[in-house]
Amino acid sequence: MSTLSILHGHLIDPHNHIDEIMDIHIAEGKILAMGAPPPGFQAQQQINAQNKIVCPGFVDLRAKLGEPGEEHKGTIASETFAAVAGGITSLCIPPNTRPIIETPAEVELIHQRIEARGKCKVHLLGALTQQLKGTHLTNMDALKNAGCVGISNALSPVNNTLIMRRAMEYAASHDLTIYLHAEDYHLAQHGCIHEGVMSTRLGLPGIPAIAESIAIARELQLIAQTGVRAHFCHLSSGESLPLLSKAKQQGLAITADVSICHLHLTDHDIGYYNSDCHVIPPLRSERDKASLREGIRSGVIDSICSDHQPHDMDAKLAPFAETEAGISTLEVLLPLSLRLVNDKLLTLFELIDILTNKAATILNIEAGNLSINSNADICIFDPHHSWYLTPDTIYSQGKNNPFTHWELIGKVHYTLINGHIHYQDVSLT
Amino acid sequence: MIAEHNLQLDPQKNLHHFLSIEGLSRKHLTSILEATHSFTNVAEQSVKKVPLLRGKTIVNLFFEPSTRTRNTFELAAKRLSADVLNIDINTSATSKGESLLDMLHNLEAMHCDMFIIRHAYSGAAHFMAQHVAPHISVINAGDGCHEHPTQAMLDMFTIMQHKSGFALLKVAIVGDILHSRVARSQIHALNILGVEEVRVVAPKTLLPTAVETLGVHVYHHLDAALQDVDVIIMLRLQHERMQGALLPSQGEYFKNYGLTEQRLALAKSDAIVMHPGPINRGVEIASSIADGTQSVILQQVTYGIATRMAIMSMTLGRMPNHSSHPSTTE
Repeated sequence: MSTLSILHGHLIDPHNHIDEIMDIHIAEGKILAMGAPPPGFQAQQQINAQNKIVCPGFVDLRAKLGEPGEEHKGTIASETFAAVAGGITSLCIPPNTRPIIETPAEVELIHQRIEARGKCKVHLLGALTQQLKGTHLTNMDALKNAGCVGISNALSPVNNTLIMRRAMEYAASHDLTIYLHAEDYHLAQHGCIHEGVMSTRLGLPGIPAIAESIAIARELQLIAQTGVRAHFCHLSSGESLPLLSKAKQQGLAITADVSICHLHLTDHDIGYYNSDCHVIPPLRSERDKASLREGIRSGVIDSICSDHQPHDMDAKLAPFAETEAGISTLEVLLPLSLRLVNDKLLTLFELIDILTNKAATILNIEAGNLSINSNADICIFDPHHSWYLTPDTIYSQGKNNPFTHWELIGKVHYTLINGHIHYQDVSLT
Repeated sequence: MIAEHNLQLDPQKNLHHFLSIEGLSRKHLTSILEATHSFTNVAEQSVKKVPLLRGKTIVNLFFEPSTRTRNTFELAAKRLSADVLNIDINTSATSKGESLLDMLHNLEAMHCDMFIIRHAYSGAAHFMAQHVAPHISVINAGDGCHEHPTQAMLDMFTIMQHKSGFALLKVAIVGDILHSRVARSQIHALNILGVEEVRVVAPKTLLPTAVETLGVHVYHHLDAALQDVDVIIMLRLQHERMQGALLPSQGEYFKNYGLTEQRLALAKSDAIVMHPGPINRGVEIASSIADGTQSVILQQVTYGIATRMAIMSMTLGRMPNHSSHPSTTE
């Protein structure tokens, strides 16, 4: 029997309302006990977590891995290792892989590769429409049975409102959560930056904030009509929040997330065409950023995700509008989230709730808590360790990261999955 | 986050590249205007050449069609005794699969000293300047909807030839501001040089969001905007703007925003009329105005050569960068 004890750590498990210094004991990959070890328990391995936080491994609502289809950007091996280096033990990938996840065959292919080379647990969203074209429904029930935790059209639009209505009706019939990228296609069109002062200065085609809120207004009415459970991905605009807040008050089964970069960057960070800040939805104004932060504080936004998108060098080496969108964020999710605690926006307990329990609840997966007998997916981190991310030290194959010169506070020491150490930072003691 | 250092200046704040008017000081602009002035007489000499850039190789890299701008750059380079290589890459620039960066490095390998680039994407000149070898200068000959800084400088020089200074001027820029790199550069240049007022005139569909943050007053009606102005700059209206519902028709545009004799009478009596060309007669400007006494459109073309000579010489370090004496415009 493999056994392990994590001693003297500050245990935070929001799901079980635990927030105190306590030992934790693991056997056969499951949480066996907290506090005193059970009679006769012998730990084969001990981790001294003094002055560290011990919490459930983080659950990332959305991260692209590159593989399958874009292995030159990232592989399952490289990106899931970057995830565990960031304390993430479960993540969810959108269906816009190559091939697109639209039949059980693709689900099986990816599951097999994860099984062989994955360092963390990976969940899948299936496609909402065939080839993400927004015209024909996929076999959603088959996708669900194959293991998809939800369905999504990824970043592709469903322009036809009738198709969206039917997709929602069908998803609701099969008890599937639909993950929505809310953006009015025609208002966004060729845009690559927030429409505002910066787009005007730089002469780049803008995406107005209302491209998001108009789409959300449409989707909310369809959700109310169809009764589907829906999740809004990566909000970017402050205008969207009152709509969501009102819909939640009315009892709609909706949740929402924000990507970590939208809580820290604005369109001004693009400066003179910094393509590392090219992301969809675009980085918006300081006011939008403040609204998103307030949304996280008030709970209108349920969770924070990495929205990780690794890219090869060439994808970012072109005039801004020609570069590919996305930021490599798995390894900065924790330290950038901890800034919200430092900024007094959240308590550490609330933050960990957002990154673990709440995200797992949205995905409806067994994760994000340290309940007795649950899988021992655990992150141990030093909340005070200061460090810098450099292109040499980043584990992700995607070096596209605008945070490389930021002082990051908080570093993962250990990541355990099913009781096994999948990551250890040997430089920390 | 702190914006990166100004890419176009060397550590002594001298021009190394010429990418945008934004980010330059009044000193930079006035020294360009002074240098331009010193080159205006070259064309009048029997030998229209100075040896300032002898032995230098200048590449005109045009990813968008252009006649006037490319020709004036070529002439400017030749009058400075430089060797010139013209490369016109039609829309499918990278049709051979060659990336912009690869093309750049290939040209670098041919020991060129300066790239003059026009490209359909905003920021293309900045991108090149970030990646060229440090001894190479990049001049922006128009990038997407961003800037066209040499055009703005020749416009400023033209204004200077006709007005006694910038301080008391009211300038109206009329037309498709949204897509105009010329307008953006002009607005920055006019504000840096300290004019009294810059007005932009267009329907909302042809104005960028928050355009007032560039330092302009916004007008939707031409008659009101032309009251008391000293300089009228008409912008070219591209035919494709009728698509995408930006405008209903050329006829309605001319009716509302076309410059006619009646309208010109609303401006100051000594107002000058400018246009970056090529002009659409009867679309944005009546022929009688384009060819009339207040038009300085052809002078703009002439001054374009001297302006580009000045900017090329300065970026390659063959002309003083800062004004050595206080300028009349300061």
